Amino acid sequence: MDITVNILLTIATAATPLLIAAIGELVVERSGVLNLGVEGMMIMGAVGGFGAGYLTGSPWIGLLAAIALGAVFSLLFAVMTLSLATNQVATGLSLTLLGLGLSGMMGTSFVGQPGARLPNLDIPGLTAIPVIGRLLFGQDPIFYISIALTVAVMWFLFKTRTGLTLRSIGDSHTSAHALGIKVIRYRYLAVIFGGACAGLAGGHLSLVYTPQWVENMTAGRGWIALALVVFASWRPWRVLAGAYIFGAVWIGQLHAQAFGIPVPSQLLSSLPYLATIVVLVLISRNKRLTMMNTPASLGQPFVPDR
Amino acid sequence: MSANQDDANLLEVRGLTKTFGTLTACDHVDLSVANGEIHALLGENGAGKSTLVKMLFGTLEPNSGEIFWNGRAVTITNPGFAKKLGIGMVFQHFSLFEALTAAENIALSLDDGSPISTIAAKARALSYSYGLPLDPQSLVGDLSVGERQRIEIIRCLLQTPQLIILDEPTSVLTPQEADKLFETLERLRSEGKSILYISHRLEEVKRICDRATVLRHGKVVGHCNPRKETAASLARMMVGNDVEAVVRAPAQGIETAQPLLEIRALSRKPATPFSIPLRNINLTVRAGEVIGIAGVAGNGQGEFFESVSGEVPQQDAASVRIRGKDAGGLSITGRRLMGAAFVPEERLGHGAAPRMKLSENLLLSRHATDGKVFVGAGGMVKSDAIYAAAQRIIKAMDVRKSAPDPEAAALSGGNLQKFIVGRELDRRPSVMVVNQPTWGVDAGAAAHIRQTLIELARSGSAVLVISQDLDELFEISDAIAVMHNGELSKPLPIVEATFEKIGLLMGGAEPGHAEHALETS
Repeated sequence: MDITVNILLTIATAATPLLIAAIGELVVERSGVLNLGVEGMMIMGAVGGFGAGYLTGSPWIGLLAAIALGAVFSLLFAVMTLSLATNQVATGLSLTLLGLGLSGMMGTSFVGQPGARLPNLDIPGLTAIPVIGRLLFGQDPIFYISIALTVAVMWFLFKTRTGLTLRSIGDSHTSAHALGIKVIRYRYLAVIFGGACAGLAGGHLSLVYTPQWVENMTAGRGWIALALVVFASWRPWRVLAGAYIFGAVWIGQLHAQAFGIPVPSQLLSSLPYLATIVVLVLISRNKRLTMMNTPASLGQPFVPDR
Repeated sequence: MSANQDDANLLEVRGLTKTFGTLTACDHVDLSVANGEIHALLGENGAGKSTLVKMLFGTLEPNSGEIFWNGRAVTITNPGFAKKLGIGMVFQHFSLFEALTAAENIALSLDDGSPISTIAAKARALSYSYGLPLDPQSLVGDLSVGERQRIEIIRCLLQTPQLIILDEPTSVLTPQEADKLFETLERLRSEGKSILYISHRLEEVKRICDRATVLRHGKVVGHCNPRKETAASLARMMVGNDVEAVVRAPAQGIETAQPLLEIRALSRKPATPFSIPLRNINLTVRAGEVIGIAGVAGNGQGEFFESVSGEVPQQDAASVRIRGKDAGGLSITGRRLMGAAFVPEERLGHGAAPRMKLSENLLLSRHATDGKVFVGAGGMVKSDAIYAAAQRIIKAMDVRKSAPDPEAAALSGGNLQKFIVGRELDRRPSVMVVNQPTWGVDAGAAAHIRQTLIELARSGSAVLVISQDLDELFEISDAIAVMHNGELSKPLPIVEATFEKIGLLMGGAEPGHAEHALETS
């Protein structure tokens, strides 16, 4: 029983950073902006979170620093693509490259240092309940944030007027502009929100997952988050499902490798990617629904003529 | 402040000017709209009508000039402010969101923050009271163009505007839908609202407008009472000179002529969830005749053109036959080699590569059919021969340009269209298929293009024209078929065709039923 609980807990830990980064990118893409710099913003969050936590000794300050650094880094992207109307794909890719390089440089003195770890939740009486206690009341704080964030984004996008406006901009920025909606302002806010989420996801890696700084420690998770958004056809609950499928298969294949199953390890390592894609493609078979949810103006620069 | 406070003018514009680079789109435009009038803004494509109204609605900023609202000088900085003043707008290219419902679309333009369900109920009530029924829960992507326009109008009316601007509202409607719109406009006028009605269609302006302001090349060339003018005198003001009428000699012995283009049981599944399938289309175009295909935009005309031209080849090779041979499985080049020529709807990016020279664009479409002339040994391009051919086309079609061999994007829409049509005519194709031959083309160039299409047919070719412009089809066609929801009606010989009959078919009436409806009415 304890093993099952432990496995479930590690799955949640593996899925949380993917979920947060993907939910942030989902909001960005729903506004019609394609930010391929998730990996770069995430690694900046990771190094910033670790650094601030290490220097101040407080993982909570580290958490705030991770969010702030991700947001500031995304602001760079926003200025380039929204105010200067540069190509979003190229700018996003360079943001990733810049983030990977810059974080490596910033983190040289952190390598090998013990970091601060965010404590798990511990509610007297509740956490001690067998099995469900640790699952429901004993996880790290970012896990709870990720779930709350998913629900909040779902509510925001589909139940609020502001969310409707954001989706309309993603559908057609020219129509939105013609109605007098401030397209650029909305997109700025969306991109910064996405950056803050990516930063938080990075902070989870260096403050919870493995509380230390290793260069390149995001290891492609930003790209997986990006793929999740597309395969989940821009719908929050599917992103949640996708992140957890990925996490589960990821942990599963690690255990399988440890047991020495006679399957090449490379094949096992590729399983999470395959499984996630297959499942998400299967649930988005409804072409009509997918069309409705695809932001039609995704990736197109918007320059209002005045 | 205005000197004439007691003036009954709701809106007054003085000396409004807007330049884009070196182009002056609006040049010291004066305009006044009184309370309770329908005021027409007349002009050809590119005369500056849309630019002017965009400044009135705050989406464009004027370089100079003044706008007075109820006698008070105002600076309209954004659409939100225009709406607050009481200006509503129904756009030409709809400003709707396809992936959202009608109610959500309406909610987005209202700032009152009331829940969607309340807005939906209000929109439904208002739409029925004006006889423009609307289901607020329907997805815009699924709606016809006419229904989409209803959403725009209802959305505009919900803001209770004093002035409603309609930009080319009937260009996407059937004649019957247009009648319905006119009734609505007259009712709004009787309620004291003012309407600024933008159009290049003279008959409807004469029918419903109280006053007209005519624009040409960005300048006001006259104010008049359209009811006292004739269509010809209005056209002269709009164009600047008389437009030569298109001459169509009756076709001789068509029934026995050889069929050059045959379409047999052509069907196609929808390519995307919002597009139209083609349903069992049959059509024969014989040597010497022009067949027109009418229909409201978005009823499968684009899909039909793609299938006929070979942009999308068919499974069934016999579904398209050119000069008696199966062509359904062939690509566009394969069909060109059989003697067919195609002019797509979109000029820039489809009919021509915008940043390439005219001569290069000529090579792009004719490298296969004229391979011997244009391409030499070892695949080397013969620039001189291509340049000479391009100049020949430019001369034959009277293409006006600023340089000997300019980039396609540097030409005005009308001149580029003349070149693209001329490029195909120059081959003397035996089958010519054209989609929207004169869309956005000025009257003089349009008449020229129409005349050349008729002459091509009379010289023994088969010509198929897809158009939304009914006037055009009646001018050039020997028979008109109507496309509705992916189905094509039987061609109606031009002597039997009337606007009413074609209009009913465009609205989806069964062919037999359309006849019946007219007999009983």
